[in-house]
Amino acid sequence: MEVTTTTLKRCDLVKAKGRIDSETATAFSDAIQKVLGQERFHIVLDFSNVDFISSAGLRVLIATQKTCRRFNRGEIVLSNLKPKILSSLDLAGFTSLFKIYDDNIAAIGSF
Amino acid sequence: MPTMIFPGRYSSLEKIAEFVTKEARESHFSENNLCCIETAVDEACSNIIEHAYRGENVGNIECTVDLIPGGITIALKDNGRPFNIKNYRPPNLKTPLRNRKTHGLGLYFMNKMMDKVELSNDGSTNILLLTKYRETHPDANKTQEQCNG
Repeated sequence: MEVTTTTLKRCDLVKAKGRIDSETATAFSDAIQKVLGQERFHIVLDFSNVDFISSAGLRVLIATQKTCRRFNRGEIVLSNLKPKILSSLDLAGFTSLFKIYDDNIAAIGSF
Repeated sequence: MPTMIFPGRYSSLEKIAEFVTKEARESHFSENNLCCIETAVDEACSNIIEHAYRGENVGNIECTVDLIPGGITIALKDNGRPFNIKNYRPPNLKTPLRNRKTHGLGLYFMNKMMDKVELSNDGSTNILLLTKYRETHPDANKTQEQCNG
């Protein structure tokens, strides 16, 4: 799995690629923690190249959302979800906890 | 009835997924079912490493794929600590974010994605049997809307 981050004016764009499972969730989390460590709490997570996410990856999403929303200082939003990723989020009851956008333009524009 | 033995570590997860989904794909399971099978097997093996072995490289995971009438079974065997299903509490998916627990989704996913999840122990070996039926099978009634891969 690869993760790239791009700092934009109003948010950070995080792009993950590959599988997010128990093996890769730590690297995924570490990449997001770097963004949070810079006191940046408006994050777009681009899932266009993510083929699989397990509960280990979902735990990272929940922890990140809790951190971002603390003190009402920000939020992580999701974009470009493939149907099977969206299904996993839905099954876990996550779709009410994250704003989900069809593409990065809409997601970035939400901030 | 192909069987493969994998080291109990997280780097095995993708290889186990490839092994299982290859067998299922060759048997013409739908993409929807392949997604459910991959997710359930990944969660099961992650739980074996995390909870049964309490860490990586402690023991192996034996994986056997068996085609049955109208479906497929995946048997996962390990020699770690037995899992007590009585201690399991399914996650409350309506809990607000700040109180949302981050664990407990694995077994929940397995139950939602598969048609049968059976746990047994023969003394030294834990056996987890996962069964998935094709959409046309009368017992395939639990998860058809869940995975739209």
